[in-house]
Amino acid sequence: MTDTVVRQAPDARAAAVRAGLARGLIEVRQSLTSPGDLTWYLFFPIVFAVVLTFMRGSTVPGTSFALGAMVLPSIIGMSIAFGGLVGAASTLAVEREDGTLLRAKATPNGMLGYLVGKIVNYALTTLFSLVVLVIPAWTVRHELELDGASWLTLVGIFVLGMVATVPIGTALGSLLTSSAQTGLLLLGSMLLIAPSGIFYPITALPTWLQWVGQAFPFYWLGLGARSAMLPDAMVSAEIGESWRTAEMVAVLGLWAVAGLVLAPILLRRMARRESGSSVAERREKWLTRGM
Amino acid sequence: MERSLPSLRGDVVIDVQDLRMRYGTKDVLTGVSFTARRGEVVALLGPNGAGKTTTIEILEGFRMRSAGDVSVLGVDPAHGDEAWRARLGVVLQSWRDHVRWRVRELLVYLGRFYAPYSTPGQRRPWDVDELLEVVGLTEHADQKIKSLSGGQRRRLDVAIGIVGRPELVFLDEPTAGFDPHARREFHELIHRLADFESSTILITTHDLAEAERVADRILVLADGSIVADGSVDELARQMATPAEVHWTQDGQRHVHPVPSGDATDFVRDLLANDGGAVSELQVKGASLEDTYMALVRRVESGQPAHSSSRIGQDGVPATVQEVRS
Repeated sequence: MTDTVVRQAPDARAAAVRAGLARGLIEVRQSLTSPGDLTWYLFFPIVFAVVLTFMRGSTVPGTSFALGAMVLPSIIGMSIAFGGLVGAASTLAVEREDGTLLRAKATPNGMLGYLVGKIVNYALTTLFSLVVLVIPAWTVRHELELDGASWLTLVGIFVLGMVATVPIGTALGSLLTSSAQTGLLLLGSMLLIAPSGIFYPITALPTWLQWVGQAFPFYWLGLGARSAMLPDAMVSAEIGESWRTAEMVAVLGLWAVAGLVLAPILLRRMARRESGSSVAERREKWLTRGM
Repeated sequence: MERSLPSLRGDVVIDVQDLRMRYGTKDVLTGVSFTARRGEVVALLGPNGAGKTTTIEILEGFRMRSAGDVSVLGVDPAHGDEAWRARLGVVLQSWRDHVRWRVRELLVYLGRFYAPYSTPGQRRPWDVDELLEVVGLTEHADQKIKSLSGGQRRRLDVAIGIVGRPELVFLDEPTAGFDPHARREFHELIHRLADFESSTILITTHDLAEAERVADRILVLADGSIVADGSVDELARQMATPAEVHWTQDGQRHVHPVPSGDATDFVRDLLANDGGAVSELQVKGASLEDTYMALVRRVESGQPAHSSSRIGQDGVPATVQEVRS
């Protein structure tokens, strides 16, 4: 018996990873064919397009460069962070509440398959939400400077952004006790957008707020995207007049390490507490809340 | 299978000895002991709050116990690994998980996790088309889960629970919300699992008629311990629940309770002396409901009921003894 188990374990984990990949693709297909989700994916790009249109005529302070063209790459960076952080945390909270996680737990290696599925899911849906940013990008298309190197940098930023935000988002999601609390997380993230230099150069802010912004991934991913898509002269609007690529990798790397350390611990702690009665309890609560 | 040893002991799938559970200062389980053998259908009954769900969740490995010895498929559930989990089936009460998935899609996905645990004796997972047939969801295979009715959804829950061809299945109130037709089909499914798949089934239910119908053995959990353990007949005999004789004589209905539970002597006397006037004679044995109510009343009135179930040396459970006193 023990012999067979030892022999089976790697096979079983490989099977779970493959099942997880399939799960991710199935869920992405479900999301991209759901009218509700599609509306959501398109809503923000359209809002951004409107915002950028209103910015027409404004320039980045001290330059003759269109403000909208600086804001667009910042939005790309912000969207990567949002997709990874808020997306991961909120799906986890929702799927814990509705019993999806308990199903994964009741299945051999089910949690592994679930997590692989989620990573595929976040990566592809975030990528899709970046692709639709072509809508606002159209309004500032003449100002951007895109070449082969920009695309390569953007791919790097995307991968680094996912690694820096999905694990910490998962860790945060494990701490939430109900799906209603994801609203708080969303609110918190939106507040952090203000000091992150997304819609206005961070150098225009008081120094202490600049430090707050620089502590979180939103600023650094925005900076990274700007470095990829804007003319070099635009570096003058940045802190220290530098794209600070090394610092960006370092800060995002720290977030990644923190997330990768914390996520398995918190996820395991949360999963350990899941059982049929805890799901039933939340169902009761949810029903009596009258939603 | 490698577990089909000749001795009874080798066939014990669940072995619980003096299981205790305490939340803070509240004792929920105060010494639960019972066993279940391969292919046996055991129903765990008891009032709300008696600790049924806690017991099942400990056996499923979803909850840590405070004390006692528990072995499920030869493994302590507190240390059960994924290979152990692959041999278990847990039928969960679903709510709104996987609502966007299609029925077949979800079963195929979940089945993939069990394939590496296939053995020559136990092919895993269940062929999805066959499984859909068994639970009666063939025509809904390509439907989205959110479009299923309550009963269909419960049948899907059962299908999910058994997709890995488990050796042991836990069913927590599986037929809540079923209509009579779905309920009957479900009972046939349980028999099929126990008889053809040799699965052991532990089921909790509030439906006593259901327990009577599907279970080989009844466990009654009250006040944190097992107060009765035996077949329906054994429990009725132990509790001396009266049988009832019904008949019509001279246009009048008569009902006579027979306290011993055996109406044979009474009926023999009745028919010997009636001069041919008795018609529509019926003997109604004690139902599980009668026995159960008597038992629970007894426990609630504070009469000693704990440690009434002792497991003999040979693994054969002793039946109710103390509740009689």
